[in-house]
Amino acid sequence: MKVFPEISVPLLWAMAGIFVLLLLASATTITLVRLRPERDFTELSQRVRSWWVMASVFAVAIGLDRRLSFFFLGFVSFLALKEFLSLIPTRRADRRVLFWAYLAIPVQFFWASQAWYGMFIIFIPVYLFLLLPMRMILVGETEGFLKAVGTVHWGVMTTVFCLSHLAYLLILDSARTPAGGAGLLLFVVFLTQFNDVAQYISGKLLGRRKVIPKVSPNKTVEGLLGGVVTTLGLSVLIAPFLTPLYRHESLAAGLIISFGGFVGDVVMSAVKRDLGIKHSGSILPGHGGILDRVDSLTFTAPLFFHYIYYLHY
Amino acid sequence: MSRFLQTLFFALIVKPIALVMLGLNVRRRNRLPGAGPAVLVANHNSHLDTLVLMSLYPLGQLRWLRPVAAADYFLRNRLSAWFATKIIGILPLDRTAEGGRNRLAPITEALEQGQIVILFPEGSRGEPEKREAFRTGIAHIAKARSDTPIVPIFMYGLGKALPRGEALLVPFFCDIFVGKPFSWTGNRKTFMAELEVRMNTLANEGDFPEWE
Repeated sequence: MKVFPEISVPLLWAMAGIFVLLLLASATTITLVRLRPERDFTELSQRVRSWWVMASVFAVAIGLDRRLSFFFLGFVSFLALKEFLSLIPTRRADRRVLFWAYLAIPVQFFWASQAWYGMFIIFIPVYLFLLLPMRMILVGETEGFLKAVGTVHWGVMTTVFCLSHLAYLLILDSARTPAGGAGLLLFVVFLTQFNDVAQYISGKLLGRRKVIPKVSPNKTVEGLLGGVVTTLGLSVLIAPFLTPLYRHESLAAGLIISFGGFVGDVVMSAVKRDLGIKHSGSILPGHGGILDRVDSLTFTAPLFFHYIYYLHY
Repeated sequence: MSRFLQTLFFALIVKPIALVMLGLNVRRRNRLPGAGPAVLVANHNSHLDTLVLMSLYPLGQLRWLRPVAAADYFLRNRLSAWFATKIIGILPLDRTAEGGRNRLAPITEALEQGQIVILFPEGSRGEPEKREAFRTGIAHIAKARSDTPIVPIFMYGLGKALPRGEALLVPFFCDIFVGKPFSWTGNRKTFMAELEVRMNTLANEGDFPEWE
């Protein structure tokens, strides 16, 4: 029996690679601070430091034990849903409805852990979709009903249903999956986050034409394309070690992740703009809230999951 | 013994609820006075207010914190009285008596002993997330101890998580804005106006969604 059954050699290499990247990021930040003392790099340093924390927690959570992995991903969902429900206007009458929405998290992650695909895929889109309005009519408050039931379910779909696809990736083990389910999870999370960073950096360096100025004035065509090219390259490079994808399939996976990540990011920006806020929270110094970090994943997790599920499982 | 139980209660129940189930977003935590005498003045929406404010302090400092709480409510039976005075460490305040300023004597005494008093000048939790007019008791205290720093604190979210009359805790992030300490201004009217202005400034810092 192995001590850490989740850790395979390719997974270890991938994690080592991530920490090498973080070392590079830290070295770059330190160099920038030294070279240009007149400029303020506080946010950049905070960002990099938060990355270290996130990467370490993530590595431990997916490497040590599978139950811990499910628990961790469920907890991320909980934080994201809590942030969402704290940001949107809610009705006092719906306190108990929101409680049911929270309860959906352990249930949904339980279906994933049991590999009960049918239940996993309909529980929130069907059963919870019907249960929440039912609980609301029991309270009886009709003023603002449609808005309340719509926003709460949208929040659960995004932060619980979409993100729980990450957990289902964990159990997609097969002889053709070199690094097990944990490898697939690492693949989509790493590429999504790296795509965000690559878009940000290429946008800063080359950005000229705004791509969607009404929602996200800082997003540029050059940034988007920089992210796409980087993510495509990394996908082709890494996929053979972590996924069962063939080369042409990994190209498409890269496209799905980079475009999906972009759209998820901008969708959450639209939500924040609607609410009149800049960041969803302050739990991750330099980044903002949990939603600011998982916004892209809410799109890439289900999109990548269904792509690979259709092709190989 | 009760000090040990207090530490246990805050370490195993209050801190996990505050940090994991709710999640605190504290602006300028460094302004919290590390040692007494000092008065923390906050708006009041929920039973959680006291516990969350106390949870901002390290366990070792809990015994210096003395929340002022209504005697008629918290001392209504023996169990509640034991819990309120021994585990939380409240300073019971007689809300009903006609005794006037004497009622505040335990508070000034606590300040003289270098304790940190937590006071909710609204007097009761009232309607959740709605502020009520501040009572003037705080002015008497500030006057009696004119060198004591008064630290205004505005909290948002706990009234949604656990409003008055509800037993079910629903998780919401809680925002806490710590203001600059000030002290007695010379007369009651200007002092109360000053407190009001400082609280409003803190409240306006946040961007809070509607809740009704």
